[in-house]
Amino acid sequence: MSSSATAAATPEALARYEPVIGLEVHVQLATATKIFCGCPTSFGAPPNTNVCPVCLGLPGALPVLSRKAVELAIRGALALHCRVRPHSRFARKNYFYPDLPKGYQISQYDEPLAEGGHVDIAVDGAARRIGVTRVHMEDDAGKSIHEGFADSDRYSYVDLNRCGTPLVEIVSEPDMRSSAEAYAYLTELKQALEFVAVSTCDMEKGHLRCDANVSVRLKGAEQFGTKAEVKNLNSFRFLKQALDYEIARQVALIESGGRVLQETRLYNPDTGETAAMRSKEHAHDYRYFPEPDLVPLRIGEKWLDEVKAAMPELPADKRARFIQEYGLREYDAHVLTATRSASEYYETAARVAGDSKTTANWVMGELMGLLKAEGKQIAESPVSAENLGDLVKRITAGELSGKLAKEIFARMFATGDAPAAIMEREGLKQISDAGELEGIIAEVLARNPSQVEQYRGGKTTVINFLVGQAMRATRGQADVAAVTALLKRKLRPEDTC
Amino acid sequence: MKITEEEVRYVADLSNLKLTGGEAARLRADLNGILEHIDKLNEADTSSVQPMAQVLFEAEETATLRADIPVAPLGNEAAMANAPRRGAGYFKVPKVIER
Repeated sequence: MSSSATAAATPEALARYEPVIGLEVHVQLATATKIFCGCPTSFGAPPNTNVCPVCLGLPGALPVLSRKAVELAIRGALALHCRVRPHSRFARKNYFYPDLPKGYQISQYDEPLAEGGHVDIAVDGAARRIGVTRVHMEDDAGKSIHEGFADSDRYSYVDLNRCGTPLVEIVSEPDMRSSAEAYAYLTELKQALEFVAVSTCDMEKGHLRCDANVSVRLKGAEQFGTKAEVKNLNSFRFLKQALDYEIARQVALIESGGRVLQETRLYNPDTGETAAMRSKEHAHDYRYFPEPDLVPLRIGEKWLDEVKAAMPELPADKRARFIQEYGLREYDAHVLTATRSASEYYETAARVAGDSKTTANWVMGELMGLLKAEGKQIAESPVSAENLGDLVKRITAGELSGKLAKEIFARMFATGDAPAAIMEREGLKQISDAGELEGIIAEVLARNPSQVEQYRGGKTTVINFLVGQAMRATRGQADVAAVTALLKRKLRPEDTC
Repeated sequence: MKITEEEVRYVADLSNLKLTGGEAARLRADLNGILEHIDKLNEADTSSVQPMAQVLFEAEETATLRADIPVAPLGNEAAMANAPRRGAGYFKVPKVIER
């Protein structure tokens, strides 16, 4: 019944209900090797090459936990303000599927790595704190391909390269009340994890995957409604679309006298709809039990302190420092700390330039403008932070005018070359040498006798025309202040030319 | 009997196993024997004994962990060697229907 309901809820009906949303986010940890064996985690390897007896689940092979994976998971937990448990343990989650060769996932169950954190979000100016129930570690499954081969009607193809990739699962409290809040939560979560280098969070590579528990209830109701789990929300756009669809579906269903079933639904990005997955009622009986092949994980004060000491600055701390240390406005600090790569780029450029505010203007203006036009991220910038810093340094030293600097910057962006190389090659250099300027100005005056006449006759505004002529003659490279001063001197009545 | 035949069939179903009537009865008896043996073990008073998960009590807590250094994997040929069916570098299995 539920699957046949359409998402056609009227705005009036939607306004009477309140959605209740919790997210389960899986994040791939940025290790070089898998969680329980030394196989590389590199993306895009030919199928079934990065595998060994452990991740293939061959009989007798034993898992050995990666220290780096634990440390990254601890970092992630701390970034989300969780309490790290001094004692946690692994458990087997049993289910049968061809891309899970062991027949169980090694996860954590009753004693997870960390608990009780939060993520602060702001939607339409309203600040809210979303609870993080737990953070636990687990291994990933492989990949099944059901389509695209000549015999795909009869066979599924299985690639086990991804088997054993280290993940953390981050489970939120059911604290979100709109798709916009869920979107903001995932955004903040991703930013925090990127900043502390727990994960590269590359959604296209599946480094960050999201499932949502969604229910609706009449506004003011105490009790939660029956929830549905929506899977396959693997981009920010899909997350919002799928939640909006699912909320409307549940409201329409209840309004038409139906009831929401507790079920797993799959989001289909092509149709924008969610549909119930075929599943048996007891498919969720995972029969968890303690993993006998791994010792419990002990994390003492000393180790925890070491991990804390090695932890990079969190976004909120970095924002505060940028305002304090670089004298940036709050908005600018926000933009420049939006990603770890943006903040690193800015800090490197500002250090080279020796002028934090001008550097901020260039990074946020020219650089981000051109990057946006080409659909690129700052990490892909053709202009290195050092080169941008060098350019800004030349501007503040008076070596380059703003106009000339923009011209040079456009070429830096196109070629990736350093400013000095471009200035040398293109002859783009500010001319402020008095001797050189005098020759140019003499020529301008000789060519424009009537304007010279007007100026001397008292119409001094005509000097702007003459400055313009000098700039044109030098393709904009003349130092405007020097040209103006020289012109004024040359045009004094007592001088002849 | 500590376990019913219905429970045996339930667990078998979760494991994608089809049991004949005779097999279900035999497995029920086997599992029952195992569970009764556990009961016997439970007679020992362990209330004052710490659970022992490892024998490295004196070692650092990180002693059982691995460094994040890649080891050469098996590679495709060795990984696929015992596969009943393969193609294009993949394991091939009968078409999977989501349960």
